[in-house]
Amino acid sequence: MAATMSNVEEIRTRAVLGEFGVKNNFRIDIVNLEENSMEFDMVGIDAAIANAFRRILLAEVPTMAIEKVFIYNNTSIVQDEVLAHRLGLVPIKADPRLFEYRDAGEESAEEQGSEIDTIQLQLKIKCSRNPRATKDSSDPRELYLNHMVYSSDITWVPIGNQADVFADSVIRPVHDDILIAQLRPGQELDIIMHCVKGIGQDHAKFSPVATASYRLLPEITLLEPVEGEKAERLKRCFSRGVIDIEDVNGTNVAKVVNSRLDTCSREVIRHDDLKNVVKLARLRDHFIFTVESTGILPPDVLVTEAIKVLMTKCQRFLSELDSPSVE
Amino acid sequence: MAAEGEKKPVLEMVQADGGDEGCVTFVLHNEDHTLGNSLRYMIMKTVDVDFCGYTITHPSESKINFRIQTRGGVPATEPLRRGLRDLTEVSQHVLNTFQVTIKSITDPLWTPCSSPTEPTGL
Repeated sequence: MAATMSNVEEIRTRAVLGEFGVKNNFRIDIVNLEENSMEFDMVGIDAAIANAFRRILLAEVPTMAIEKVFIYNNTSIVQDEVLAHRLGLVPIKADPRLFEYRDAGEESAEEQGSEIDTIQLQLKIKCSRNPRATKDSSDPRELYLNHMVYSSDITWVPIGNQADVFADSVIRPVHDDILIAQLRPGQELDIIMHCVKGIGQDHAKFSPVATASYRLLPEITLLEPVEGEKAERLKRCFSRGVIDIEDVNGTNVAKVVNSRLDTCSREVIRHDDLKNVVKLARLRDHFIFTVESTGILPPDVLVTEAIKVLMTKCQRFLSELDSPSVE
Repeated sequence: MAAEGEKKPVLEMVQADGGDEGCVTFVLHNEDHTLGNSLRYMIMKTVDVDFCGYTITHPSESKINFRIQTRGGVPATEPLRRGLRDLTEVSQHVLNTFQVTIKSITDPLWTPCSSPTEPTGL
């Protein structure tokens, strides 16, 4: 790998070129957009702002999650607090933009939540013996009824005018097959849950993404032409599809086809004759974002909300500065 | 919003030097690297800023000390205000570009009605 003075100079000039005029050089390319995940490129922006978007996606985009669990009856083998913890982590498919934050007032004993900031859910299930099971079966699926408590058993209890507001979209957990607890005959669960709006900074259950990350676009330059058997070895040093062998005047010459697919394992450096032929670098202003949603909000909505959160932060401080009580 | 008895300050100004308006340390509450680093980057691009930096005083407290030192007698709130505005503008531009790109993928019949200098990014 050639790390010389010219490389340092190039890093300096590269940074300068990228910083000027976000409006001129900036573009977004969407590579992949699916129901729950998306991959897109942000080109022409600085790392500070890209990182701010990533941090906001992880920790500051609000969602609804189960916060208060009122356990009226729990005779299962799962302890109350463990059950409450597991329930909190179940993602709830409710649009958080339609709800408000709950006032962080004094903790009163009774539920102080109203229809504008709380979703009430119920889990009421009892396990019993299956009368129709054969005498000598040992399969729990045949012997017992309701012995596995899944997230599909969580039902929504509309309070106030929620039944009218959410008439067309039932509020339920995102996934139906999350196993919450296992029961045996005679055990039952009778639980009321309150969902509130929160952010990932408070508790990770409020994070709307499975993960959000970015990487920089790798840049592979061949400093001299690589031919024949060396080209074959060079091709094997990189991930598949990065380097291609093409036939130029009878000899096989290596060519960089798609540096985006490279996983940057730097295998080339381990070979003495190949390490000076290749220059490995990354483009400083080309970010490949991967956003994977938990299913509450689609990933493009999440990115939009994250950008809006950053704008709200700036606005808050701008209005603080302009208000006369700054000292 | 009615002022309650214990209104938590969101932004404080601490001036180290007596008369110099250009060197001010701001204390931003409930903030961390997310706003601190991006705001620092926007303010550093301003010409009349001599020094701009931020620290997180202690990881258990969610506040940052943001220091700005200006050149030429400019009060330090000016670069801060400009930096916040620039950051809002950059975010708005990113948002617009992103929404245009999403629209052009999900709805092939939709054409952007804004100026043609805005790239659709495909």
